[in-house]
Amino acid sequence: MRWGEIIRRVLLIPPTLAGVGLIVFVLLRVVPGDPIAMMIPPGASAADIARLRALYGLDQPILQQFVVWSGQVLTGDFGRSISLHQRVFELVLARLPATLELALLGTVIAVLLGTVVALIGAYLRGRRAEWAIDGGVGLLLAIPDFLWALILLLLLGVILPVLPISGRIDPQLDIAFGTNFYLIESLLTGRLDVAAALLQHMILPALALALPFAALVARLLKAQLAEAEDQDYAQVARARGFSRPAILLRDVLPNALIPTVALGGVQITLLLGGTVLVERIFSYEGIGNMAIDAVINRDFPLIQGLILTFAVLFIALNLAVDLLVTLLDPRLRHG
Amino acid sequence: MADLALTGVTERPSRWRLASARGGARLWLGAALVAVLLLIAIFAPLLAPHDPVEQDLMSAQLPPAWMTGGEWAHPLGTDSLGRCVLSRLIFAARTAVEVAAIAASLAAAIGIAFGLLAGSFGGWIDQGVSRLIDVWMAFPPVLLSIVLAAVIGAGLTSVVAAIVVVDWTRFARVVRAETLSQLQRDYAAAARVLGLTRGQILRFEILPNLVPLIVTLIAVEMGIAVLVEVILSFVGISVAGDTPTWGGMIVEGRQIVYQAPWIMALPIVSVIATVIGFNLLGDGLRAALDPVHRQ
Repeated sequence: MRWGEIIRRVLLIPPTLAGVGLIVFVLLRVVPGDPIAMMIPPGASAADIARLRALYGLDQPILQQFVVWSGQVLTGDFGRSISLHQRVFELVLARLPATLELALLGTVIAVLLGTVVALIGAYLRGRRAEWAIDGGVGLLLAIPDFLWALILLLLLGVILPVLPISGRIDPQLDIAFGTNFYLIESLLTGRLDVAAALLQHMILPALALALPFAALVARLLKAQLAEAEDQDYAQVARARGFSRPAILLRDVLPNALIPTVALGGVQITLLLGGTVLVERIFSYEGIGNMAIDAVINRDFPLIQGLILTFAVLFIALNLAVDLLVTLLDPRLRHG
Repeated sequence: MADLALTGVTERPSRWRLASARGGARLWLGAALVAVLLLIAIFAPLLAPHDPVEQDLMSAQLPPAWMTGGEWAHPLGTDSLGRCVLSRLIFAARTAVEVAAIAASLAAAIGIAFGLLAGSFGGWIDQGVSRLIDVWMAFPPVLLSIVLAAVIGAGLTSVVAAIVVVDWTRFARVVRAETLSQLQRDYAAAARVLGLTRGQILRFEILPNLVPLIVTLIAVEMGIAVLVEVILSFVGISVAGDTPTWGGMIVEGRQIVYQAPWIMALPIVSVIATVIGFNLLGDGLRAALDPVHRQ
């Protein structure tokens, strides 16, 4: 991708976000559930209900509500959550680091696992064992992240109870953090015991997110490795007497990585979207879990804020992957 | 003239036998799993030992029969309200098949219509449909289906609608691309020369060639539909009330997973078997019906 294309993509971000915001806004306003009905005490008078309605601006026409809300969003004001009675911006900001750390850990696991499986698969090319690897990868791909979450929870949390299955950290550990990036902070400040306690809680949900993505990485990379190994330079290296593992790691892998990132990078958005249910299943306190609560409570401002957050993350990830490919591939840099 | 040797020609094997040979083990395994599911769904009232909504609080959270404390009246145990887990699993299979069949055919119908339209008319119609698909694909599918189901409210209709509205693009994209490529072929040009109208060409020439592709997509889509029902159950907006669904059972089981892990494990196994069944069937059908490989 050329730089001009990237600039075009950046310019497309504001209208895309406005479109997402408008669709969600209008969709939510035709919901039959009434957020005010869920917060009033039984026996509230009609006047009280009307006052609450006016307080949250719900008595205005939909389009007018949207204009007011968009204006506020542009100044950084995402409104107040109806169910949690706090500012949406602060609520999302407090929970976002938990989700980002989980998604990051999931991505790291997926890339490592996928690369190892692809290398083994490429090494075993043409043998009977390759069939087993392909079958395993196909199985990993067919089962989505939230089902892996349930399977892992049952196997390693309940039947063989070796890992905790809910929350982000043991509530008995009363540890103070300066930021909400618990894992990154504890690693940077050298508190490895805290990091280990955090990882214990994060490893199952992260693994659930990682497994289907790892399978995707393995499938794409294995095909690229096979193609690269058939090229002349790999054949020459073989003729000069280098071993196959050495050629695969040193010569073939770097060349197979670029097309793999180009083809599979965008799928990271799927891993991020998967956090919604996986966080729910493991009662992990991130924005995905929060989004489900917000939908159940018909908390309009919070849902809008969260969906916009996800949309921004999706767009940013897509752009980051394209930038990465451009930077990795010298042919594209001067396009 | 050289004599064309016709003596060595043997009877051609039937097309069905060829197709099933190409489909291989995947096709048969997938077809078997799906067939078992369909049979369970159809004969649910005969197979289930109990009424799936009948509560018996005196015998709640019984373990499966072979474990200590289990009894053979409830072969797979009971849930926290004393309902028979086996009967609920069986009737949930019925709900799953209903949702999957209705949602997949509706998504296919809408997607095929848009795909044919865009692929055959081209121009601004194609532009319009293609942009619509792009915007649709930009939405995170899990969030979109959750918000949609919340809009419509709990119930079977809601689950079906969420699947159709999110997934019609899967059919539209493929059908559009395939229509474009089929219209380039000689047989489509010949049909035009013969004076067939656009509608006739689509109906009699193009559509029959799309059937293998569509059948494959529908099989995979039915697996996806079963998964979406589970997703919506986590938000409490799946099929309402007492109706047993696998997703509903998983969510209930998660609450008491330490006391009664089998309540969550059994519907998970059912969902996985179903999804893998539909996936294998789809893969096998693609290999079996692919017109490129057909002799």
